[in-house]
Amino acid sequence: MKMFSRLTIMLMLVTISSTASARLEILITEGVNTARPIAVVPFKWLGEGKKPENFAEIVANDLQRSGQFSPLSVDKMPKTPSSSQFIDYGVWAKLGVEAIVMGEVKPGTTAGRYTVTFELLDVLTGNVNMADYNPVMEKRRNTVLTKQLRQYGHRISDIVYEKLTGERGAFLTRIAYVAVDRESTHPYQLRISDYDGEGEKLVLRSKQPIMSPSWSPDGRKLAYVSFEKRRSEIYIQDLYTQKRELITSFPKINGSPSWSPDGSQLALVLSKDGQPEIYTLNVTTKALKRLTRNRVIDTEPSWTPDGRSIIFSSERGGRPQIYQMSLTSGRTKRLTWEGDMNLGGTITPDGGSLVVVSRQNGNFMISAQDLDSGELRTLTKTQLDESPSVAPNGSMIMYSTVYQGKQGLALVSMDGRFKANIPASNGEVKSPAWSPFLQ
Amino acid sequence: MNLSKISKSLLIALPMIALGACSSNSATETESAEQTNAPATTQAETTTTANDTVQTDAIEAIELTEEEKLIEQYSSAILETTIQFEFDKSTILPEFALILDAHAKFLIDNASKSVTVEGHADEKGTPEYNIALGERRAIAVSNYLQNMGVAESQIKVVSYGEEKPANFAHNEAAWAENRRAVLVY
Repeated sequence: MKMFSRLTIMLMLVTISSTASARLEILITEGVNTARPIAVVPFKWLGEGKKPENFAEIVANDLQRSGQFSPLSVDKMPKTPSSSQFIDYGVWAKLGVEAIVMGEVKPGTTAGRYTVTFELLDVLTGNVNMADYNPVMEKRRNTVLTKQLRQYGHRISDIVYEKLTGERGAFLTRIAYVAVDRESTHPYQLRISDYDGEGEKLVLRSKQPIMSPSWSPDGRKLAYVSFEKRRSEIYIQDLYTQKRELITSFPKINGSPSWSPDGSQLALVLSKDGQPEIYTLNVTTKALKRLTRNRVIDTEPSWTPDGRSIIFSSERGGRPQIYQMSLTSGRTKRLTWEGDMNLGGTITPDGGSLVVVSRQNGNFMISAQDLDSGELRTLTKTQLDESPSVAPNGSMIMYSTVYQGKQGLALVSMDGRFKANIPASNGEVKSPAWSPFLQ
Repeated sequence: MNLSKISKSLLIALPMIALGACSSNSATETESAEQTNAPATTQAETTTTANDTVQTDAIEAIELTEEEKLIEQYSSAILETTIQFEFDKSTILPEFALILDAHAKFLIDNASKSVTVEGHADEKGTPEYNIALGERRAIAVSNYLQNMGVAESQIKVVSYGEEKPANFAHNEAAWAENRRAVLVY
């Protein structure tokens, strides 16, 4: 309910001010009942007036979206403590809550600064109350600037997530995506927002299509395809300096750029010699190396996390399927066998799964294939899902889908149990690319 | 003459013209030309008669507009610039051969003209794969034109994949409309 009202307010703002950028909003479409119960208690505001940021909401939303946690709603909380000194672990244990996140926000000594304290408590340990075991799993105090407040909320989520799962959190990351706003003089736009759609920024707008954004591993640059000269070309743009560099402009297709894990090369697609073929390009020397050589379509290269192989889509077996080519031996093997066709393959950061767009019964759905067993699991149920991009910690997949008649972004947890739509309020949104870890 | 402007302005009028001119191979073209010229010739021949008791006068022949002349020369198919394709296919369907024949003839007659063939795909499948598919369609059109005798240097090929749909909806009708190659002069 609250999300809806926020969305409405936001829509009104956009209508009033045409320059206001569209914000994305995450809506939960499918819950999870096997997720771990956690309580994120509203942080206590020790200053005057309105509290500067709702940390508990940011943290609870982050944890819920991962699909691994089920935050207790605030109205079901027996108490709203803000410090571990005053905790009655028994009442929380009775509710089945495993852990509690709580904290305080205090105005800093100078304006525009806040002191944020938070604690993460293990309810089971606290309830057992043994002297040798400290229920306080984490306690931190930080001075945070006004503009850093949301970021710091995601930082808390990252810390909590890592403490409770043992895996690094990916909430303090960003997404790049293509928006098409047909009302605009420059309809094709490359935008970047926080992973949850907040803080959207325009980094490029054009009268002609923009495609395939790909982050450099240091999170500083984007490679993408632009049709600004009415033909496809690959550019690299520095996100901090805005400097753009034209990388390839060969006849016909210049497409699908993908950075190598060490940032030294781009894998890309060129069709200058006939059919689309996979190449690597040294970003510094611009040396090109052709990897595939056949009479059918080869496209969508991506790198394995070790940088030693290229994953790509090929029609060499008839319908497009996913193949892996070793860069050292040059040997190629086919990875996917199920489904009418499989496209857009990427390997998860742990190297264990292949995420693909799988066509089954005419529907294009995001799927994950276990690389050891070969088992293919369908993660989404909608018809037109594409462009999957995996979070740097492998916990979630961002993809594009058609939702309420519009193309928009959506999130699915790696196990497929949790999904959230991120509809754009103006234009259609597609081709998401999840940033690497940014800190 | 600017063909794209002509095609645009005649797009609405076309169905009526096409109905009138109906089958549009070169044989019927010649036929219709004879018909148009026929009244004028008859007029001229009947100016002199046996005595001066009758006089005759000439009327002007009905002149075709620039666009109608283009249709006369290349058939009404010259005003069509969109070639549709089946799902995941890049084969030129027989019903579109006529359009390409007309454009091929035009390009052969006008060697200084060049055409850009834009290949497009529907939104099904990934954008990167659809760029490849769009190019395959554009190349199929380019190959057809070259086989008809058009010089390769007159044709440029560009694929927009699923990025520039003609119909923005997300349904079967829109997808069918968006699977296309477009000739741009």
